[in-house]
Amino acid sequence: MLRPLRLTWLFFRIGALNDLQYRANFWLQLLQSAIQLGTGLAVLGLIFSQTSALNGWSQPALLAVMGVHILMGGVIGSLIQPSMERLRQDIREGTFDFVLTKPEDVQVLASVREIRIWQAVDVLVGLVVVGIAVAQLEQGVGPVEAAAFAGALVIGGLMIYSFWLVVTTVAFWIVRIDEIAELFEGLYQSGRWPVTIYPGWLRISLTFLVPIAFAVTVPAQALTQRLTPDAFALALGFGVVALVVSRAFFRIGLRRYSGASS
Amino acid sequence: MSASPRLVSPLRGLIDVYVQEAKIAIAEQVQYRVANYMYMLGMVAEPIIYLVVWQTVAEQQGGSVAGITSGQFAAYYIVWTLVRNINIVFTPYGWEDRIREGRLSAQLLRPLFPIVEDLGFFLGWKPVVIVLWLPIAAFLSLVFHPVLNPTPLAIAVFAVSLLGAYLIRSLNQSSLGLITFWTTRVGPIFQLYIAAELLLSGRLVPMTLMPAWVQTLANVLPFQWTFGFPIEALVGNLSTEALLGGLAMQLLWIVIGSLLVRVVWRFAVRRYSAVSG
Repeated sequence: MLRPLRLTWLFFRIGALNDLQYRANFWLQLLQSAIQLGTGLAVLGLIFSQTSALNGWSQPALLAVMGVHILMGGVIGSLIQPSMERLRQDIREGTFDFVLTKPEDVQVLASVREIRIWQAVDVLVGLVVVGIAVAQLEQGVGPVEAAAFAGALVIGGLMIYSFWLVVTTVAFWIVRIDEIAELFEGLYQSGRWPVTIYPGWLRISLTFLVPIAFAVTVPAQALTQRLTPDAFALALGFGVVALVVSRAFFRIGLRRYSGASS
Repeated sequence: MSASPRLVSPLRGLIDVYVQEAKIAIAEQVQYRVANYMYMLGMVAEPIIYLVVWQTVAEQQGGSVAGITSGQFAAYYIVWTLVRNINIVFTPYGWEDRIREGRLSAQLLRPLFPIVEDLGFFLGWKPVVIVLWLPIAAFLSLVFHPVLNPTPLAIAVFAVSLLGAYLIRSLNQSSLGLITFWTTRVGPIFQLYIAAELLLSGRLVPMTLMPAWVQTLANVLPFQWTFGFPIEALVGNLSTEALLGGLAMQLLWIVIGSLLVRVVWRFAVRRYSAVSG
């Protein structure tokens, strides 16, 4: 049980040592985060110059959604996406052999190999935004909300990971799926707003097909006292299913792999 | 018998180049249509998000925001998707690669200005883009109920303004791309450019929703002629003066952009050096 965590820690250290060679990238990332934050705040300002609440969400509540969106974006960019892109590349080029020959769980190893620390700047920026939003929330945040928020974040992160794993596993059958990353980035932008504002078909897709609702809206709901215990249980249940199904699908895909190297 | 050299006017030659580049682009893009579609769907997510947010605000305010109704928002952002696709141009990142990897060397040997090549290639991509876009537009129209009733003149101006928008955005981004002759990383500058474009072009929201000072600022910059103007030409019920005046402004920015590219190029290319290529 502890082994995956130890492996993650090991690769985190390797990633940190790698990235620390390129310190200018920290400032570039910070600039990028600042631009993203600035545009986001401008939009919020525009909307609240016209109305006092968006579909029942006040300005601080929407700021909390934005903070969670940035935070989760940082998690995806630093922990999830880099390894998945490397996996896709390895499958295409046949270099996945080097992972298969190591005496570790293939899925775990393939999922933690690449960790980018500068992308994690967004995690900090997101936390700051969430903090500011919480300070503005009228009802405040108690220990129950805080715990539900942390739990929902972990569940949401695991669901996004499962989604990426399934999509990347498709590369065992279809080699050219480079544009998946762009498609995901486009869709992920929808998480900047609570999914409850979208029309039904889109809301359901953004919940069960691409689990952006679980990754961003649900944690923000936990923070703003909008999350019912039932909804939390649903998130937990769906999260477990997503992990199990994605693991099974990865194993099926793995059987299709025939190394092109060596 | 050896072929005698044909005399071709420079303009004829240039048009031939455009046609050939376009053919290559069409062949390439049709080949990767699934990839093309994923790229397009990712791009369509952006306006749908804006659209849903503003329709929600409009409905809460009793049907309209700043005089724009829910149906007009739908029309604005659906036309947006076409304009955005027409606006796909060779980016500064492309220049970054081209210069860092020395591929420009081969292009410099040809008797053709590299930017002309880019313009032709991306223009040729557009017919494919428009064909792929039609089903997306039909679907979005069914779901979001756009309201628009353009005059024939508005439709004509819209069609011409698409070309204008494409040229302005191409020239702007080419100028930015030329910066990579001096620095190898254009990312931060390009991101600032995109942020300015978001806020000052009508890409994020129709410009009438922006504060007055932002609109004033936008009037002296090229951005709104690449997004806001073409869209408003079709959906905004603009007056004849506004329509024709807009085309004139586009022409002005095309001239400015062309001059800028020419001048910067002259200095930039002197700095170029490549080991191989």
